[in-house]
Amino acid sequence: MSANDLPALDELATAQAWAEEGRKVAIATVVETWGSAPRPVGAHLVIDHDGHFEGSVSGGCVEGEVVAEAIEVIASGKPKMLEFGVADETAWRVGLSCGGRIRVHVTPLD
Amino acid sequence: MKLDNLRILNAERARRRAAILLTELDSGAERVIGEGDRERGELGEALAGAMRSGKSGVVELGGRQYFLNVHVPPPRIVAIGAVHISQALAPIARTAGYDLEIIDPRTAFATQERFAGTTLHAEWPELVLRQRPLDRYTALAALTHDPKIDDAPLVAALKTGCFYVGALGSRKTHGRRRERLLAAGLGEAEINRIAAPIGLDIAAATPGEIAVAIMAQIIAAFRRRAVAAGPEAERAALP
Repeated sequence: MSANDLPALDELATAQAWAEEGRKVAIATVVETWGSAPRPVGAHLVIDHDGHFEGSVSGGCVEGEVVAEAIEVIASGKPKMLEFGVADETAWRVGLSCGGRIRVHVTPLD
Repeated sequence: MKLDNLRILNAERARRRAAILLTELDSGAERVIGEGDRERGELGEALAGAMRSGKSGVVELGGRQYFLNVHVPPPRIVAIGAVHISQALAPIARTAGYDLEIIDPRTAFATQERFAGTTLHAEWPELVLRQRPLDRYTALAALTHDPKIDDAPLVAALKTGCFYVGALGSRKTHGRRRERLLAAGLGEAEINRIAAPIGLDIAAATPGEIAVAIMAQIIAAFRRRAVAAGPEAERAALP
């Protein structure tokens, strides 16, 4: 591998490649964390309109919900802020088992 | 996010240059800030601080929320010399999360048997560095004691602005090295950037201890570097 290449599993490189193939893409980014959170601020999950995804914003706890929201964001063209945590009402359905809280920004790639 | 901005960001990352994606969270307006870009005011200070620390986060300024996503190239170490100290340094660097590669044209030293699992180039440094150039997120440690092998990569590292440049050898050895580098056209200030004798002064004696001292010095240089201030300030800030 050349030092000037991005690694094979690079979410942002994937997002660019997908968009250049003509797929509709959204990028989800962890923008804030409180308590113990599995992925650091800046971590990405990239999603296409069919629900394919790469990367992660948690340890797999909330990815399903983020993918569903991202498909809506792709359809509406409007960015959205999501919050997940055990204190939320959604915790029964999707929450972080580690007890932390995260804020995830989802934006369409256009 | 605009595809054009993603392309710019990915190009900077592929070139191993630091960049920040600045997003105003309410409006979604965004910009890519490169290493050399200076911004004014409080936002500029926040950007410079983030570039230095490598930490992403939300900042609130004038009632607006900005998200600064900092992309810093992963630090790597290039060790010149497949010597005993490099054998000890390889697993320590891995533990600390630094990529390490070793260059040594002496094929008796640079063997897979001595360096299992480590990237090894049994070639002259000039040749390898032409293919895989040094950059500001690379530390160079010259460990062969042999000017024929060490000097050229030392010069390359100083000219590139590697965040760390260290060279093994006693004060006397380094004195002679200083004279050679002066003769090669380097300035006093550039030569003073070389950490020599190499490693933090912990009275290290064995190869393992010296490797720990080198690693600690590299970590200190990386965490204290002044990226956003540009190469001149960065040079002044380094030991």
